[in-house]
Amino acid sequence: MTIKIEVDMTKCQHYGQCVFEAPDIFRLNADDKLEYTAEADDSELANVEAAIDVCPMQAISLVK
Amino acid sequence: MTKPVIIVGASMGGLRAAEALRRFGYAGPITVIGEERHAPYNRPPLSKEVLAAEVSHEAVAFPQRDSTADVNWLLGTKIESADLEHSTVTDSQGETHAYGTLIIATGLRPKRLEVANGELAGRHAVRTLDDAIALRKELQPGAKVVVLGAGFIGCEVAATARKLGCEVTVVAPGIHPIVRPLGIDLAKELQRRHEAMGVKFFMKTQVTDLVGSTRVQGVVLDDGTVLECDVLIEAIGSNVNDEWLEGNDLDLSNGVLTDNDMRALKTGGEAWPNVFAIGDVARFANPLFDGEPRRVEHWNIPTDTAKRVAQVFTGQAEGQFAPIPSFWSDQYDMHILAYGLLALADEVKLIAGELQDECVFGYYREGKMVGVCGIGMRTTVMGYRKEFELK
Ligand SMILES: Cc1cc2nc3c(=O)[nH]c(=O)nc-3n(C[C@H](O)[C@H](O)[C@H](O)COP(=O)(O)OP(=O)(O)OC[C@H]3O[C@@H](n4cnc5c(N)ncnc54)[C@H](O)[C@@H]3O)c2cc1C
Ligand code: SF4
Repeated sequence: MTIKIEVDMTKCQHYGQCVFEAPDIFRLNADDKLEYTAEADDSELANVEAAIDVCPMQAISLVK
Repeated sequence: MTKPVIIVGASMGGLRAAEALRRFGYAGPITVIGEERHAPYNRPPLSKEVLAAEVSHEAVAFPQRDSTADVNWLLGTKIESADLEHSTVTDSQGETHAYGTLIIATGLRPKRLEVANGELAGRHAVRTLDDAIALRKELQPGAKVVVLGAGFIGCEVAATARKLGCEVTVVAPGIHPIVRPLGIDLAKELQRRHEAMGVKFFMKTQVTDLVGSTRVQGVVLDDGTVLECDVLIEAIGSNVNDEWLEGNDLDLSNGVLTDNDMRALKTGGEAWPNVFAIGDVARFANPLFDGEPRRVEHWNIPTDTAKRVAQVFTGQAEGQFAPIPSFWSDQYDMHILAYGLLALADEVKLIAGELQDECVFGYYREGKMVGVCGIGMRTTVMGYRKEFELK
């Protein structure tokens, strides 16, 4: 099973808090902008939920 | 019937506590009791992007998780008193609620200006969604806005009001905005950037009175100057919502004193076995820094303390609890990001970038880094976060 992740880029302010919680999904590129992997293995669910919690802009969601 | 976990305060801390209890396997009853009529929402946007756009619950509400669908929410309900010996809390309707475990998450409320002529329309503070809705209506282009206080919220609201076309003046007692905890160089630069955007500052200044009969028309400064004012925004700090706990054996000298497991402490130092405090209301020592208990009004603290409580409650806590404080602030196109407790520093120095442009400052106490703060340069700031991990 996989999970689908979506970041609302109109909300995201590239704070990178999510990077610490789910480093295999979220990263900041050389320009300090967020990049992320939109689909991941189930085993990442707990990390992604933690990332959702710490995102100051509440920009991350799981797509059902 | 098992008595529920009762969480008092239905904001971020309350929500995160309910979620964390479920995540760590507690399946029993949970009741969250909160004074506000709104389901939990995110406060930081209220002084920033949401205030600049349209303010609604939808724009700031935290998503509801399936795991907490069976939580009993008693919104619009204020708790007036608690009896910790008998494990009950009583609401303003006089109804008493018995708990097995109590989690205190009642946060803060803004301090207000105390002046003789205080009962005037046009006075605002920003803590709740309703506050922000009321303020937003008055931030019309050309309105003369006076912001009292130059902390984070004061500066953010000033920037937002400016963006909305208001004439903005900041009045505050310090020498520069947010000088504590940012330090003099960064604070001075921040003021320069605000001034470049057209905000006026009266620093080292107090307000002694207000002018107006039904609505505020002016503020009187301590040197006698009168500033015209259509909208007054008071951002002068906060008070802890802990009056409802008075009369119990607790240390309430500045919020609720807890141990490292977030258990509320009796005055003798012994912990209440079934009472916890989290978020802005909790005062606890963080072994990352020292043994001094502090309240930390940062956004990551409700989430981190709620998680600790859930771990302790379900017997899954390991090691010491040492959350890394983090905060951010948006003013104009400036993105400020920080880790640690900057206010502890006895030395502040520029460690990357240029003061007039993007820059990073390091904060040190006796030579050891206690904080890092940057305008922009996020990757650099984030790189220092590991300095704060418990070694
Ligand atoms: C405008 C604004 C901007 C902010 N911006 C930032 C930022 O950029 N970065 C950052 O790190 N932090 C920021 N913060 C701080 C952050 O929002 C707080 O740290 C966080 O909201 C604390 O959550 P809490 O749940 O502990 O307390 P609160 O959010 O204060 O919630 C407490 C709740 O308890 C309820 N309550 C109180 N007394 C009672 C009672 N007796 N009975 C029942 N209910 C009661 C209150 O109504 C309230 O809903 C900001 C705060 C504000 C107000
Ligand atoms: S934490 Fe949120 S705002 Fe920050 S980079 Fe990640 S998605 Fe964007």
